[in-house]
Amino acid sequence: MNLGSNNLLILILFWPVLVALVMLFLPREEKKLLRWVAFLGSLVPLGFSIYLWLQFDPGVTEFQFVVNYEWYQVIGSSFHLGVDGLSLSMVLLTTLLTPIAILASYGIQDRIKAFMILFLMLETGMLGVFMALDLLLFFVFWEIGLVPMYFLINQWGSEKGERVLWGGRKIAARTYASFKFMIYTMAGSLGLLLAIQMLGVGFGTFDLVELTKQWPVSTELKNIPLGVTSLATVKAIAFWAFAIAFAIKVPVWPFHTWLPDAHTEAPTAGSMILAGVLLKLGAYGFLRLVLPLYPAESKQYAGALAFLAVMAIIFGALAAYGQDDFKRLVAYSSVNHMGFVVLGIAAAAKAAGTQDAVIALNGAVLQMFNHGLSAAGMFFLVGVLYERTHTRNLNEMGGLFPLVPVFGGILIFMSMASLGLPGLNGFVSEYLVVQGSWPIFSLFTALSMIGLFFTGAYILKGIKKVLHGPLNEHWVGHITEINLREIVVIAPLMVLILWIGIWPGWILTVINKAMSALF
Amino acid sequence: MQFPILSVIVLTPILAGMLILLFPKDRKNEVRVTALAAASLALLLSIWVYFSYDQSLGGLQLVERYQWLPSFGISYYVGVDGMNAPLVLLTGVVMFTGVLISWGLDDRPREFFAFLFILASGVFGVFVAQDLFMLFFFYEIAVFPMFLLISIWGWIKTREYAAMKLTLYLFIGSVISLIGGLAMYFESGLRTFDMTLLARVDFSQGFQVFWFPFVFFGFAVLGGIFPFHNWSPDGHVAAPTAVSMFHAGVLMKLGAFAALRVGIMLLPEGAKAWQPLIMGLATVNIVYGAFIAMVQTDFKYVIGFSSVSHMGLVMLGFSTLNKEGLTGAGIQMFSHGVMTALFFAVVGMVYDRAHTREINELGGFSKKMPWVAIAFIVGGLVSMGMPGLSGFVAEFPIFMGVWKVAPIVAIIAAISIVITASYIIRIIGKVFFGPMPEEFEHHVGDVTVLDKVALAVLCILMIGVGVYPAIMSPLVASGVERILALLGGA
Repeated sequence: MNLGSNNLLILILFWPVLVALVMLFLPREEKKLLRWVAFLGSLVPLGFSIYLWLQFDPGVTEFQFVVNYEWYQVIGSSFHLGVDGLSLSMVLLTTLLTPIAILASYGIQDRIKAFMILFLMLETGMLGVFMALDLLLFFVFWEIGLVPMYFLINQWGSEKGERVLWGGRKIAARTYASFKFMIYTMAGSLGLLLAIQMLGVGFGTFDLVELTKQWPVSTELKNIPLGVTSLATVKAIAFWAFAIAFAIKVPVWPFHTWLPDAHTEAPTAGSMILAGVLLKLGAYGFLRLVLPLYPAESKQYAGALAFLAVMAIIFGALAAYGQDDFKRLVAYSSVNHMGFVVLGIAAAAKAAGTQDAVIALNGAVLQMFNHGLSAAGMFFLVGVLYERTHTRNLNEMGGLFPLVPVFGGILIFMSMASLGLPGLNGFVSEYLVVQGSWPIFSLFTALSMIGLFFTGAYILKGIKKVLHGPLNEHWVGHITEINLREIVVIAPLMVLILWIGIWPGWILTVINKAMSALF
Repeated sequence: MQFPILSVIVLTPILAGMLILLFPKDRKNEVRVTALAAASLALLLSIWVYFSYDQSLGGLQLVERYQWLPSFGISYYVGVDGMNAPLVLLTGVVMFTGVLISWGLDDRPREFFAFLFILASGVFGVFVAQDLFMLFFFYEIAVFPMFLLISIWGWIKTREYAAMKLTLYLFIGSVISLIGGLAMYFESGLRTFDMTLLARVDFSQGFQVFWFPFVFFGFAVLGGIFPFHNWSPDGHVAAPTAVSMFHAGVLMKLGAFAALRVGIMLLPEGAKAWQPLIMGLATVNIVYGAFIAMVQTDFKYVIGFSSVSHMGLVMLGFSTLNKEGLTGAGIQMFSHGVMTALFFAVVGMVYDRAHTREINELGGFSKKMPWVAIAFIVGGLVSMGMPGLSGFVAEFPIFMGVWKVAPIVAIIAAISIVITASYIIRIIGKVFFGPMPEEFEHHVGDVTVLDKVALAVLCILMIGVGVYPAIMSPLVASGVERILALLGGA
């Protein structure tokens, strides 16, 4: 490999920051310029990651494109990056969704410069999590992503809506949502932070490759905390510290309550990234850290995890069905769909090493990718609708199909992808998860089918309330068809959805090798 | 003979201060320019010191030594190691930015800058002193101008009370440590105040355990350790902006640093014996300080208590007595100094325009002064320990060190991160965003270019250390080696 591809990851990782720095010096009145610089700038990492994809050798199980520099030598942490099939598909998803989300937010008029800069920094934060091979570095990027997202929700979130706190004080809903998002995630990360420190103290390194070799088989640990005598207990506590941090991010029931608020209040592009990529960080954490570092504990507690996942699937679907706010409906659908990812992970943890486990993992990762596409698409369409109607209340819409046939068609297409219609991507991944989990957790998998049934119900509810039924006369003449820019945003998502649905082989070959060697 | 750079750094501010006093009092601009020139010189020299320190050699460098009162064993003896080099740089930075931010001060700037510079000389002196007597000498020089600065230029409502409280607290503290210092002087039998020699003396276990609290806690008062932290928020709030910056940014480090240098380094056995108590108090500092900060309604008090909370982290790092903890504490002293200087600068800028510090009465300032808002957000993230910024680089090793010694403490102290996040976010939301009250809409304007330069310098430092910790951590670690050697290997 030549020098260029040696540093390819660094280039992808820091390019958005570079663009953000350039934008810092652009005048803030030049709205058009700012938008185009951000958009074109974010296309570059996409180009690089496609190149990365082509250069990637799917037959190798080791991490590729590895870079390892000194970073924080004093405590034994280094700047260690690398990708395998899992990371690579997530990197591709991130670099794909960012330009799309930026293009989707061309309608924003208020402080575009700050908005775009935050967005690009968010991209770097997310990419860093997917690339990091050092626990400390992982944590660094894990937390960095919080800050831009907080401000995106807090400043550019929906302006309507209030929340009454206990005590009767009223605050803006977006303030409430962003605060909840931030504190929830930070509190969740505390356990992760402490567990990471424990590993660092015990082994003198944060290197993931090293720790994966040593920690699961280690029989003794220096400085066992709290007078706990057995290493098994320590490992179990540390396992849960990791698992809860990631479960909050995924989110797994019952840690999901921040999600509907954050999604609903975030600006369209923010919701797209939040659902499209940020939730994947949690699932990625399970796959990259929890399973390899705690194979025994994962196996032991897989049942509990699977139970939570099934709860997320069923309750997520029921809650989505109960919503009258279109965006909230889509938000709950994320809980529902991410439940399948966790179910797949739990099944794989239970039956590590078997063929079923590999199938379930393949399904889980593909589901992460697919949900990224369809959730981003759905949130975008909700945003398009909101921009025209200024309401998200499903009951105020109705019969819009004749007014906006193209939009209607796209909405149906996206909804079907979300529902898991065969021929579209969601079917492939959910099928793989279910097939892989069935022999392992038959009961849970069967229960999850109830959730799948309600998935159909809430998706159809959304379509029916918006597009069908009696026409709400109010909208005649008020609502315009989806425009060209918006079609450009949604088109690549639709193409990928269809492509993966018809021929998932191209992506599964990359994922499969990494999954069979994951732990 | 090499260029006596440390002496030049120590003397520059005080000489400039004297020079400024010679100016006619209506020549305000000349005073300011001279002050800025002196501060820039001190800053450049301290940058030079920082980067000329050779980590591969370690130990004391740039040493200067002159006999002063040989018959009593007192010498003028200065030098830097990995522990105090960042603090010298910190003092240079705070001095420079403090002058920039006080540019608009119109009430007797001549005297103000003169006192401020005497204070700065004292601070530089304490950091580089290797002679115990010199350390006390500079320490008192640093504390006294504080009284005048607060009582003359402070916030009119509480300045006399706060100045008196602060000065008495600190003098009592320093007298107590002085007694401890004298005890060492006589016990050693060497009749010397040279700290490198004193450190080699093998004081008996009983002596160390008895005298350690005198020395350590005497200085730790200035470091704001619970339950002696009480003077600090009052002092912060009453002081004028530049003085608050100095006070929280540098002076509190002075206490912590002296407690380390005199307490832990000279009486290591005592430190080991008292370790649990220090750790306990520091934990109280961290958690209690954060909770108190959360319920304050005055912007400046929030920051004041956050300083108490963060200085607790420094003390916690000291109390670990291991490599990670001490390294983290060293970086935290720098990081917190920069961060809190920035905080107080921001509070000052907001107060100058709004004439109130009640958080509920403020709002929407980001529209009028975006630079200030961004700077505060960066500082706020540092204070939350957000990765990628200097706060994380400092706190992470501290917690690692604590984890080695007493994991339960690490778990308790880590809670403060979330509490800190909640009060910082509250301030950001209330003060800088949200609707702006009518009354400010018209007369609040943006800050000056000089203010922006100051804020930018502080922010760049925090981001620089955070993104690339290797710029500071190996240096501090080399200083920690010295301390660990005194603590008996490890």
